[in-house]
Amino acid sequence: MNAPFNPLSPIDLALLHQLQEGLPLCSRPYAKLAEELGCSEELLAERLAFLQETKQVRRSGLIIRHRPLGFKANAMVVWNLPDEQLQKLAEQLAVQPGVTLCYERPRRLPDWPYNLFTMIHGRSEEQVRAQLQQILDRLELNHIQHDLLFSEHCYKQCGGRYLHKDKAPLAHMNKHQGSKDVVHG
Amino acid sequence: MELTDQQRLLLNQFQQQLPVSTTPYADMAAACDMTEAAVLEQLQQWQEQGILSRVGAVLNHQKIGSSTLAALAVPDEYRDAVALQVNDYPQVNHNYRRTHRYNIWFVVTGRDSAEIDRVLEDIEQRTGYAPLNLPMLQPFHLNLGFAL
Repeated sequence: MNAPFNPLSPIDLALLHQLQEGLPLCSRPYAKLAEELGCSEELLAERLAFLQETKQVRRSGLIIRHRPLGFKANAMVVWNLPDEQLQKLAEQLAVQPGVTLCYERPRRLPDWPYNLFTMIHGRSEEQVRAQLQQILDRLELNHIQHDLLFSEHCYKQCGGRYLHKDKAPLAHMNKHQGSKDVVHG
Repeated sequence: MELTDQQRLLLNQFQQQLPVSTTPYADMAAACDMTEAAVLEQLQQWQEQGILSRVGAVLNHQKIGSSTLAALAVPDEYRDAVALQVNDYPQVNHNYRRTHRYNIWFVVTGRDSAEIDRVLEDIEQRTGYAPLNLPMLQPFHLNLGFAL
């Protein structure tokens, strides 16, 4: 959070751009980028492994959308956990079935009393509510203030694109790449 | 839609780490007892059906740049118009309507926190609604994909 921009090599930046947009579906998906960058395909595959080992990439591979697979309900479940119990309860919540994300975020009093965010995906609202109830019972959290925010409509969704091609830190890279369509946000 | 065992194997096995290889689809094929051509055809089909967003990566915004979750509480009659104004910013990459008084929820990403603050201030000036700024303080569960 709020870390200073981490300078990455032009090759790593170009690779990350490609991975945000998606690798081509062909036998040698790194070939074109390697040619543009003047490096080997092996290097690009190894850089991805390195970026993942150093946790700059969270995960890689097939990035799936849940909705077309039938997981139509997604709820943000927010919790007002007592500060002294946050660590312990958050660790328990994080590994409950159906919970896909679990983050501590700041309260913003008086408007927003919640300090922990979890995401629960399910096939229907009823299933998500049932899953939440099981979690409340299992961890004995029924007395804890919480709220469910179902997603009703997606206004915008375009993968986590943290790097924008038209932004200053990447200017040096565009020279390597030549002109490409700017795809962002 | 129902998945076959082979489709489920392919989906579940490769959401966390792409094979470290110049021919990752051939590696996936070998692991699932499929041909490379069949894997490519399947991925193409999933992409057309909207199931596969991409073969790529999810970056760690704690290490690369900065991001926050923000929310606006907007009366229903102005809600969709305000959401579209929020969509205009290239720094906004997710924007959902949710069932709450805070009904517009979006993720802002940028080079650093200063860029994010600028966007949030701009949204407040343009829309007249003050965003909640809720940056992640601590992750307890990194999204490791979705078991199907």
